[in-house]
Amino acid sequence: MSDSPALEVRNITKRFPGVLANDRVNFKLGKGHVHALLGENGAGKSTLMNIIYGLYSPDEGQFFVDGKEVSIKNPHDAISHGIGMVHQHFMLVPVFTVAENIVLGAETTRGTTLDMRTARREIRELSQKYGLEVDPDAIVEDLAVGTQQRVEILKSLYRNATILVLDEPTAVLTPQEAGELFQIMDQLTEKGVSIVFISHKLKEVLFVADEITVMRRGQVVGHTVPDETSEQGLAGMMVGRSVLLEVHKNPPSLQQVALDVFQLRVHDERGVDAVRNVTFQVRGGEILGIAGVQGNGQTQLAEALTGLRDIEGGTITINKHNAPEMNPRALVEMGLAHVPEDRHKHGLVLPYHLGDNAIICTYYIPPFSKGLRRNERAIMDNAERLIAQYDIRTPSPLVPVGHLSGGNQQKVIVAREFSRNVSLLLANQPTRGLDVGSIEYIHQQIIEMRDRGVAVLLISAELDEILSLSDRIAVMYHGEIVKVVEASTVTRTELGLLMAGSTGEPDQPK
Amino acid sequence: MTARPAPSTPLAAFPPWQRWLKRWWAGLVLALGISIVIVYYYNQVPDITTAVLRSTVRQSTPLILGALCGLLGERAGVINIGIEGQMLLGAFVGFLVNVWTANLFLAVMAGILTGALLGLLLAFMSVTLKIDQIIGGTVINILSLGLTGYLYTAGLLTEGKLQSIRIAGLADIPLFGPVLFDNPPITYATVFLVFLIHYVLFYTKWGLRTRAVGEHPRAADTLGINVYLMRYWNVIIGGGLGGLAGAFLTLEAVGSFERGMTNGRGFVALAVMIFGKYTPLGAWGAALLFGFATAMQTQLQFGGKIDIPHQFIGMLPYVLTIVVLAGFVGRTRIPAADGIPYEKE
Repeated sequence: MSDSPALEVRNITKRFPGVLANDRVNFKLGKGHVHALLGENGAGKSTLMNIIYGLYSPDEGQFFVDGKEVSIKNPHDAISHGIGMVHQHFMLVPVFTVAENIVLGAETTRGTTLDMRTARREIRELSQKYGLEVDPDAIVEDLAVGTQQRVEILKSLYRNATILVLDEPTAVLTPQEAGELFQIMDQLTEKGVSIVFISHKLKEVLFVADEITVMRRGQVVGHTVPDETSEQGLAGMMVGRSVLLEVHKNPPSLQQVALDVFQLRVHDERGVDAVRNVTFQVRGGEILGIAGVQGNGQTQLAEALTGLRDIEGGTITINKHNAPEMNPRALVEMGLAHVPEDRHKHGLVLPYHLGDNAIICTYYIPPFSKGLRRNERAIMDNAERLIAQYDIRTPSPLVPVGHLSGGNQQKVIVAREFSRNVSLLLANQPTRGLDVGSIEYIHQQIIEMRDRGVAVLLISAELDEILSLSDRIAVMYHGEIVKVVEASTVTRTELGLLMAGSTGEPDQPK
Repeated sequence: MTARPAPSTPLAAFPPWQRWLKRWWAGLVLALGISIVIVYYYNQVPDITTAVLRSTVRQSTPLILGALCGLLGERAGVINIGIEGQMLLGAFVGFLVNVWTANLFLAVMAGILTGALLGLLLAFMSVTLKIDQIIGGTVINILSLGLTGYLYTAGLLTEGKLQSIRIAGLADIPLFGPVLFDNPPITYATVFLVFLIHYVLFYTKWGLRTRAVGEHPRAADTLGINVYLMRYWNVIIGGGLGGLAGAFLTLEAVGSFERGMTNGRGFVALAVMIFGKYTPLGAWGAALLFGFATAMQTQLQFGGKIDIPHQFIGMLPYVLTIVVLAGFVGRTRIPAADGIPYEKE
C-alpha cells in the first residue's frame, strides 16, 4: 500500500445562488482511517460530499484518488473510482428485496435475464466478510432502520467501494443501533476501507474518528485528532465562539398549578391505549421533563394536551379550564404555546413566508387584521421584530420558510410561540436535528420562559436535554409514567433504566 | 422516526408460491367459477358458448394492449390517462395508411408509430416540462378526438382487414381450439406481448431499473441510472402498444374507422391495469373478465331470451369498471413515485 491518501480534494469551491457553499475546501482521507467531518447544519458538509459523489459539480477544484487526479462528473464516475455514499435519507426502494436494491444499476445478467442467484451468493459472501448480517431476500420496508443502513453499506461494497461516505449515519438510529454501526465501521477499516463520517454530534465524533475536520460557513476552520481536543473545543470551532454545553439556571420559583393531568387515557390511530392513566402537574416557573424512548405515548400525550386528539378518559385542566372541551384556538387564546414534534408537518406552512408563519395563530385579531383585511404593515413589522429579537438568519421576511435551514425554521416557531403572552409551554422535541448553536439558543429561551413564570412541559428523547433543562423528570414507558424524579438527584444510569421500564424496585409477581 | 405498527407477518416470510396465492386468490376463485360455468354451458349450448368466448378474446385484446401501455408508463412513474387518445389516433392513422397503401403490415406499423409519437409527446410534457400528468394525458385525448374528428372523411374504403390464421391441429380441440387458435395476428401478438412484458419487467435489468425509477427515482439516480431516459422509453413503448390497440380496432376487428370508435376502451384499459395490480398477467386476466362482460352483454341483448331492458344489459361492462375501480383502487399498491415528476437536485 502506498502512503498517498485514499481520497484528497483540493480547493473545492461551489457557489449556489446567493451562497458560497464551499470555499476552497481541502480535505484528505487517510487509508483505513475514519475521518470525521464536523459542522453545523448548513456549514457545507453535505455539499462537499455530494460533490465528491458526483451529485453536484464544483465550480473549481481537483479530486485525487490514491494520489492520482481523477474527474468526477456524476455518481457513475464516483462509483468507478471506488467511492460509495450512504445518504442520510436512505436511497433504497422500499418494495424491492435487499438483493434487488444492492444490484440495481450494477446488475449481472445471463443472456438477457437477471442473474439473482449469483447476486445473492455474492451478497452473502460480502455480508460474511464484513460482518454485515442481512437476508438478501427480505423486503426492505420490513427491515429495521439499522438493518436498512447495513443494506446501504453493502450496496457500496458490492460496487467495490474502498471509500465510504456516511452522511449523518446516526441521526436515524437508536443508541444501540449506533453502537452496532461503530463496530461495523471498525471491521470495515480493518479490511482497508476508508470512511468519511459526517456528523454534528460531538460525543460520537470523538469516539469514532481518527481525524476530525471542522467546517463552518463553507470553509474548513480546523483539523485535529480526538486526543488533542474536547467536546468544548470542537463546539467552539463549529460555532466560532465558545459555547455553553451546560445550561445554567437558577432554582425554580414555583407558582400556581398551570397544567393538571389526572388519570389521562388516550388512544393511538389504531384505537389502542397509547397513554394509560397518566397523572402529573406542572406549576408556573418550573420545567417538567418527560423522558422516554420515542413511541411510548409522548406523541399522543402532546396531541391530547393541545386539543389535536380526543381523550378516552381522565381530565386535563389548564389554568382551571377543562381543556378537552376546548378547541385548539381556544387553548391558544388561553395561553398555551406549542412547539410541535414535527416542525414541517405541524409547526409551519413551508411555502408561506416568515411573516405569515409568525402570525398563523393570531392573524384574525388586531393588529394583524383590519376588519376583513390583513394589515400588511403590522405583519411585516412583527416579522422584522421577531427576526431581530430571535436572531433568525434569513435574507428577508418574505422568503418561504421552507427555504430556511432547520435551525432557523425552529427559531421561527420559537419566536411565534414565545413572543405571545403565554402561561403554559409544551415543547416537544424542541431541538431535534438542530446544530449546537441553535440548540444552545433554544435552551436559553426555554429557561427564560420558565424564569418568567411560565409552566413548561418538555418532551424529549435526548437524555442530555432532559437532564440539563428539567427541574423534575417524569419517565414514560409504554404509555405510563413510570416514575417522577428530581432532576438534581437522578443519574443518567437511573434514568436509562427507568426508560427501559424498570422501576428500580424489585419486580412484583404478576 | 415515527413508530410504525409492526406488520403482522411480513409477506416476505412466506415461500413464493404462498405469497403468490395470497395476492391472487380472489382472481383464482373467480377464474375457477367462470370455468365451471363455461363447461356447463358448453354442454348445453356449444355454439353459443363458443361464440361468446371468441367474442371475449376479441373484446379483451384492445383492453390488454391498452393496459400494457398504461402499465409500462406507470411502472416507470408516469401516469398515462391518454391511452384513449393513443388508441384513437393509432386506429385512425392505421386505417388511413391501409386506405392509401393497401398494405396491412405498413398500416399496423403506422398505428404503432402514431401511438409511440403520442407517447413521446406525453413523455416530453410530463418528464421534461414536468406539467401535471393528468393534464398531459387529457391533452392527448382531446388532441386525438379533435384531429380524427376534423380529418375524417366518410366513405373511405379499404382492401379489407387482417384475417384469422387457423393453427392446424390445435384449432380442432373442442371449445379451446376455435377460441384460442383461430385468431387474427394482432390477437396472437397480444398474448405474446403479455408474456414478453412480464418477462421484461420482472426478470431483466431493464425491468428492474424501470420499477426502481417508478418507486424511488432518486435512489436510481444515485446509482447512475438515467431516470429521464428510462421514463421516456417506457412511455414511448407504451404509446406504441396503445397505437397497436387502435390498429387492432380498425385493421383487425372492424375494418373501418368511425368517429370516437374507441368508445372509452382506453379508460376501461386503465381499470383493467389497476384491477390487474399493475402486472401484465393480472391485466390479462382482468381484460378477459371485462371482455367476457362485454361479450355477455352483446349475447344477452341479441339472444333475446330475457326480459331486461337492453339499456341495463348494455351497462354491464361499465358497471363492472366502476365497481372494480371503487373496490380495488385503494387496495392496489401504486408505484410510489407514480405521477410525480423527478427533479434532479
